Amino acid sequence: MRRQVLPGFGLSFGYALTYLGLIVLLPLAALAWKATGIGFHGLIQLLSGPRTLAALRLSLFGALLAASINAVVGLLIGWVLVRYRFPGRRLFDALVDLPFALPTAVAGIALTTLYAPNGWLGRWLEPLGIKVAYTPIGVLVAMVFVGFPFVVRTLQPVLASLERDVEEAAESLGARRHQTFFRVILPMLAPTLLTGFALALARAVGEYGSVIFIAGNIPMHSEIAPLLIVQKLEQFDTAGAAALGVALLLLSFLLLVVIALLQRWSNRWAERAA
Amino acid sequence: MSRHPRSRSMGWPRRIAHVALILLALVFLVAFLLLPLATVFVEAFRQGVAPYLQAIWQPEARSAIRLTLLVAAIAVPLNVVFGVAAAWAMTRFEFRGKTLLGAFIDLPFSVSPVISGLVYVLLFGAQGWFGPWMEGHGLKVIYAVPGLVLVTVFITLPFVARELIPLMQSQGSEEEEAARVLGASGWQLFFRVTMPNIRWALLYGVLLCNARAMGEFGAVSVVSGHIRGLTTTMPLEVEMRYNEYDYVGAFAVASLLALLALLTLAVKTLLEWRYGDEIAAHAPGGH
Amino acid sequence: MNKLVPCLVALAGTLLAASVAAKDVTLLNVSYDPTRELYRDINNAFAAQWKAQHGDSVTIQMSHGGSGKQARSVVDGLPADVVTLALAYDIDAVSDRGLIARNWQTRLPDNASPYTSAIVFLVRKGNPKGIKDWADLVRPGVQVVTPNPKSSGGARWNFLAAWGYALKQPGGNEAKARAYVQELYKHVPVLDTGARGATNTFAQRGIGDVLIAWENEALLAQRQLGKDKFEVVVPSVTILAEPPVSVVDANADKHGTRAVADAYVQFLYTPQGQEIAAKNYYRPRLQDVAARYASQFPATHTFTIGEVFGDWRQAQAKFFAEGAIFDQLGAGR
Repeated sequence: MRRQVLPGFGLSFGYALTYLGLIVLLPLAALAWKATGIGFHGLIQLLSGPRTLAALRLSLFGALLAASINAVVGLLIGWVLVRYRFPGRRLFDALVDLPFALPTAVAGIALTTLYAPNGWLGRWLEPLGIKVAYTPIGVLVAMVFVGFPFVVRTLQPVLASLERDVEEAAESLGARRHQTFFRVILPMLAPTLLTGFALALARAVGEYGSVIFIAGNIPMHSEIAPLLIVQKLEQFDTAGAAALGVALLLLSFLLLVVIALLQRWSNRWAERAA
Repeated sequence: MSRHPRSRSMGWPRRIAHVALILLALVFLVAFLLLPLATVFVEAFRQGVAPYLQAIWQPEARSAIRLTLLVAAIAVPLNVVFGVAAAWAMTRFEFRGKTLLGAFIDLPFSVSPVISGLVYVLLFGAQGWFGPWMEGHGLKVIYAVPGLVLVTVFITLPFVARELIPLMQSQGSEEEEAARVLGASGWQLFFRVTMPNIRWALLYGVLLCNARAMGEFGAVSVVSGHIRGLTTTMPLEVEMRYNEYDYVGAFAVASLLALLALLTLAVKTLLEWRYGDEIAAHAPGGH
Repeated sequence: MNKLVPCLVALAGTLLAASVAAKDVTLLNVSYDPTRELYRDINNAFAAQWKAQHGDSVTIQMSHGGSGKQARSVVDGLPADVVTLALAYDIDAVSDRGLIARNWQTRLPDNASPYTSAIVFLVRKGNPKGIKDWADLVRPGVQVVTPNPKSSGGARWNFLAAWGYALKQPGGNEAKARAYVQELYKHVPVLDTGARGATNTFAQRGIGDVLIAWENEALLAQRQLGKDKFEVVVPSVTILAEPPVSVVDANADKHGTRAVADAYVQFLYTPQGQEIAAKNYYRPRLQDVAARYASQFPATHTFTIGEVFGDWRQAQAKFFAEGAIFDQLGAGR
């Protein structure tokens, strides 16, 4: 209870909780309430349908894969942008935020333009037998795109404030470069990297706007779960849409909780390493 | 550099590794980010400058820009206040259910944009919980500006908090506790001690929050009603023009959003250059 | 903020309806995707006519989107005075929530659809795959682009056109129709969510050999995207798509816009309205207008939804509802 020296717990906690309650929890409660409209039997039927399962699988595993790619590439790019000086660094640094700023629909259109068989990149990939647009790979590309800035942007401030002296001390004590990285730097970055991973994952699971343009949307093959929700809405099946939404939400919430637990564990790891 | 002779004396294998890492990063950045960005501008200027200017000067485009700025101007400050409060509570105190609170903060990220639009329709739509009451009192939320603001707040809620929490955690609270012991009031220590320490992360958070607020499409599309000139934001205007086979117009408006992002980043860079030595101080070039 | 203005105007309108002579009126027409160009022209013409006859300025605001989505928005409170949607089922859905009178489809002539369209094919210049009729779509190596019937009204017309064609072949029956349609959807590489998305996929991305589309969409795409790039092929038999219109009674009464709204939908049936529809590639109902545009609309055998499927509620339940025939086909792979 040493930390209780600081003031403002009541105010900050109360405000944050009220705000969350009004903006997030109340609306989601309305969603859950609406979802009960289809009943238990309806829910089982909905969730066991092969098309629903296929779509959930694509959204989930696509997002996991995309977040993993983003974690690796994001660490690399964050590292390069913070640690190295090279011409055009600021420009590339600015580019990282692009997926946030570009409307998802525009991103979808732009990516499809690039990767379609007649696109700048697609025309080179097509002869190699690689089809990106209108396949599950296209879904993956869009998911990587939308989740990309999360990892870099969560890592950057921490990378910048990471004491370079620590590494250099480790090195001067005779640690090899890769030892420094895996024993000292990675443990210190792990909690933040996990945050970035979790955010990229969560974003990709529910992504709709950019994916539908590039996915092909063929049932059982390249159809994502949010698209099923939209289809239910347009068929005036609000309860079914809400139920599917809740299922998707629980799934990613579960993942987030697992990641949060991992993070607590890696925090301790980081403290030990430091 | 003289303090760290080892880093100066690095051998050529290390240098090659550096260059390789940089190249690898650049290849990814170019293929995944620069090319889509280039596509937007190439398509926008496909027919030259005049059609481009014409496209972004149409009344519909101007009203979409106004609306987008208005929505972001309301949503972003709300989320800044929330983000700071949440980060303070999360990193300066121990309490039960902290992990859960953190997960709740992240929740909007994992809600599909489609669903985040839908939930407000379920609350405020004509068939929703509060819809009939609001209609009776002449209040409009859905298919009007308040609805657009609400979903934007929802979508961008985690950005500031998420940016601050890891940093404030890694900084610890020793400085603040020292200030407290020396007799600083709560607000004093917040503005004099905490603020200077977190201002870069806060700025990052604001920029991300703002960029996302302006670019959100899916959720906004659900509550907008798509009334041209009244409730269409820039991303919706882009989609609308694309669906009218007006590709130049669509990409012209899209390019404005991309420019807006580049502009905010220029501002960030300027601020760093003007005030910030602390970020640069940690980088090797800054020694 | 801007939203307040029409509301206040509408409110003032209700209060002062009887006493005030000239006033500004705002109508909101909630429509589906392919009608953007049509209603841009209609709105200008109608506003001019209304001004000339009554001295009032009328501003018509438009909202476009997928037909089902638009209907749902109206149900959820989008204050539409008029709906002009892709299919009757969507207006039925609004009517079911009490916003539109039950008899909406008989209040206006021609099933409340002032203009029609046919379902046709758009192929690439020179018709390299030699597509002439529905049977050619299921030949090996032919790729067909059509949107998803679950989310697009136009795609439902496409589906029913294909089904009706198979049914009307010599010896045609339900089982054969089902087999044909199932085979057809195996040739679809991309199922876009809406008609405009499908056109963009076909025209801009170069996907597929045939686009199944509304005739008005096919002709418009040809005009907008290049006559030298695409050709329209009209199959031997196809469905006559009847996109319906209606005043949204509850909203029009609340806004005090009933008179303008009624005049607006009736304007679509006037020679002037019909002419504008024909210019925008919709088949007009009026014979003499149709005669003038005969070259634009090749004659073909058409059937209506009433003739083959009963009505839209039945068609929806049989083919497109959850777990109905479209779901059973296992479209795609």
